[in-house]
Amino acid sequence: MIEAVGLTKSYGKTLAVDNLSFSVPTGRVTGFLGPNGAGKSTTMRMILGLDTPTGGSALIDGKRYRDLHQPLRTVGALLDAKWVHPNRSARAHLQWLARSNKLPAKRVDEVLEIVGLTAVAGKRAGGFSLGMSQRLGIAAALLGDPQVLLFDEPVNGLDPEGILWIRKFMHRLAEEGRTVFVSSHLLSEMALTAQELVVIGRGKLISQSSTEDFVAQATENTVLVRGPQLGHLRTALGQAGASVRDEGAGLVVSGMDCADIGELAARTQTVLHELSPQRGSLEEAFMQLTGDSVEYHTEIADAPTPATLVPAGK
Amino acid sequence: MTTLLATERIKLFTTRSPWWSAFLALGLTIGFAALVGLNHNGGPLTVEHSQFGMQFGLMVVSVMAALAITTEYRFATIRATFQAVPKRTSVLVAKTAVVAVLAAVIGEVAAFGSWVTTYAIDGGPEMAITTGADWRMVAGVGLVYAIASVISVAVGTLVRQSAGAISILLIWPLLVENLVQLIPGIGDDIHDWMPFTVAGRFLNGTGPDAPMGPWASLAYFAGVAAVLLVASLVVANKRDA
Amino acid sequence: MTLLAVERIKLFTTRSPWWCTLIALVLTIGFGALMAGTSDEAIAPLNVAATQFGYGFGLVVVMVMATLAITTEYRFSTIRATFLAVPNRPSTLVAKATVVAVLAAVVGEIAAFGSWGIAGAIKPNVDLAINTAYEWRAVAGVGLVYALSAVVAVAVGVLIRHSAGAIAVLLIWNQLVEPLVQLIPRVGDDIHKWMPFNIANKLVTGNPDPTTRDVLQGPPPSDAVLGPWPAIGVFAAFAAVLLGIAIVVANRRDA
Repeated sequence: MIEAVGLTKSYGKTLAVDNLSFSVPTGRVTGFLGPNGAGKSTTMRMILGLDTPTGGSALIDGKRYRDLHQPLRTVGALLDAKWVHPNRSARAHLQWLARSNKLPAKRVDEVLEIVGLTAVAGKRAGGFSLGMSQRLGIAAALLGDPQVLLFDEPVNGLDPEGILWIRKFMHRLAEEGRTVFVSSHLLSEMALTAQELVVIGRGKLISQSSTEDFVAQATENTVLVRGPQLGHLRTALGQAGASVRDEGAGLVVSGMDCADIGELAARTQTVLHELSPQRGSLEEAFMQLTGDSVEYHTEIADAPTPATLVPAGK
Repeated sequence: MTTLLATERIKLFTTRSPWWSAFLALGLTIGFAALVGLNHNGGPLTVEHSQFGMQFGLMVVSVMAALAITTEYRFATIRATFQAVPKRTSVLVAKTAVVAVLAAVIGEVAAFGSWVTTYAIDGGPEMAITTGADWRMVAGVGLVYAIASVISVAVGTLVRQSAGAISILLIWPLLVENLVQLIPGIGDDIHDWMPFTVAGRFLNGTGPDAPMGPWASLAYFAGVAAVLLVASLVVANKRDA
Repeated sequence: MTLLAVERIKLFTTRSPWWCTLIALVLTIGFGALMAGTSDEAIAPLNVAATQFGYGFGLVVVMVMATLAITTEYRFSTIRATFLAVPNRPSTLVAKATVVAVLAAVVGEIAAFGSWGIAGAIKPNVDLAINTAYEWRAVAGVGLVYALSAVVAVAVGVLIRHSAGAIAVLLIWNQLVEPLVQLIPRVGDDIHKWMPFNIANKLVTGNPDPTTRDVLQGPPPSDAVLGPWPAIGVFAAFAAVLLGIAIVVANRRDA
């Protein structure tokens, strides 16, 4: 269980994290979602005792990270895969980490095996591709067989194969009953991975809920109606207080559910070819909630149809 | 603490810079000893001649020690380090200790290696290590290297950048300490308390004007290193990693 | 011309040149003030050469600045962006060396005349008029030595590519190897006479005609056998050769 209470971090006048409180429940995958620059990495660094909060605190199982004895046995983390000395071999990188927390040397070979780096363990980490570096970072996180795992944007920049690998890995960790806290700016990715969502924007908490609830709450539920003659129905819907807009040959109705629309159609004797509820996409939900809190707006993000969700990069 | 020492030992020796530095330091000191021994004429070779390259080795060791910590910041492995062991004071003390031990070993090998080299060229009675001053001049090199490496780690922790730390660590003993004595009036008095000058007096004799004896000089040098180390620990604990 | 503008923009949009310039000026002018303030007619009279006491400090700081101008390009891989934008590597590197050298020269002149000026302001009764050729070289020559040393530093930076290594080589060479080499018995003095920075110093400290001064005041006199102008010519050639080697290496190497 990770608990943040009133977590605040300011750099001079800039508030990177603003009075942030949330909890990450034990034994589930919790997504940490927010646009770029929302303060996700800073929050994670504060949880890990790397940065000192300006105010508030972050506790792991009731303890500050700095008070943990041999912390790698409790918490594993991958914040940045490039935090490795380029001239040190992958094995040597894990060896010193293992030694620092009195983990058995054979554990190094075990985690290398788990992430599939055994063949290149003796190679310079500086020559690794991003995918390999990411695997090495995950190996380091798993070294102490911790119950709590933190990952910062683990799929960023990976190829589809790498993304799939990470995704499967997260599920496996969750199945093993571990607590996983994973940040991303890609909501679609989170939907596939996370059961819980902590959403932030501009350093502030926007919501904490299950992924389902988040989507349900945030998306505008609409109904798509198609048919050869919709003129009467359209008028009736308007009179009944629903809002209607055209989409192609059909209508998109909001503020009324399928049953009511169906009865209205029967009363106006309208032939329907389709009557289907539209679930809002995750991206729409995300945009709706964080729309005001993106630090750097782009033309694309401001456009009415958010086909491309977030500017690339971290 | 033994765990941390072992951790830092692994970290130090699994990168290339300590190996290069050790190689360079030994090559320079022993090489200069040979050069001086072979070109010498007029009077017998003395123990002092054999330690001609001491300062070269010192600078190389200072650079090595600074890199031991600045590369951690450069490659952000300092974050992995503090993540693995959040007790920053213990980590940095362990690192300093490991670096200092390596510096001491390099110093002793360099000093005795240089001495053996010149002795092999012309081993007269003046080359015998007999007095306390002779012993300090040779065996003392390791101590001075070790303490200097502590200063380097402390400065490296404070500055965090290789370029800045190395500039300071080279410019200070090579330039500032020497030039300061040229200031009219007060220069000599300031010079007498400059740490590397004082360390040099421990090795090469104190002379009539020195404010301290040889061992007090070494203690003063160690005191400067300790103060810097404590300052760096305080800063590293306060600062975001 | 475009390349010079490009390199100028690159140099001045990072912080290290500004810091180094500031440090170099504070050190040189500060020491000039210190020398003037503590000078004493009886023991250590002030003269034009003595105002340039901080010359050596400024030199090393300028060399650090010049080194960083190129090594940080390797450090942050912007050298690749540079070579993508301008694949003509020799022109790019010459442009960079030129821009850095010009900055070094400006820093040198401001440092030298600033030191001289502040000394005059502190001790208005001392005659600090710059009259002789020696005095002109002692002050105005500083910029030229800084500029050529900056070229040397850029060349070494291109060859070594790492800030730490390049700075260590330059400072250890300039501050340790050159002075210590003369302590080698028999051959030491002869080697020292041909050491590049010793030769360069001849411009600033050589042939001290009527203004006899204490050896310890101001930058220590060079023992190079060449005259001041041939000496700086040799140093310029040295810098050019190093830069040439650096360009050849950079051209062959993968960026």
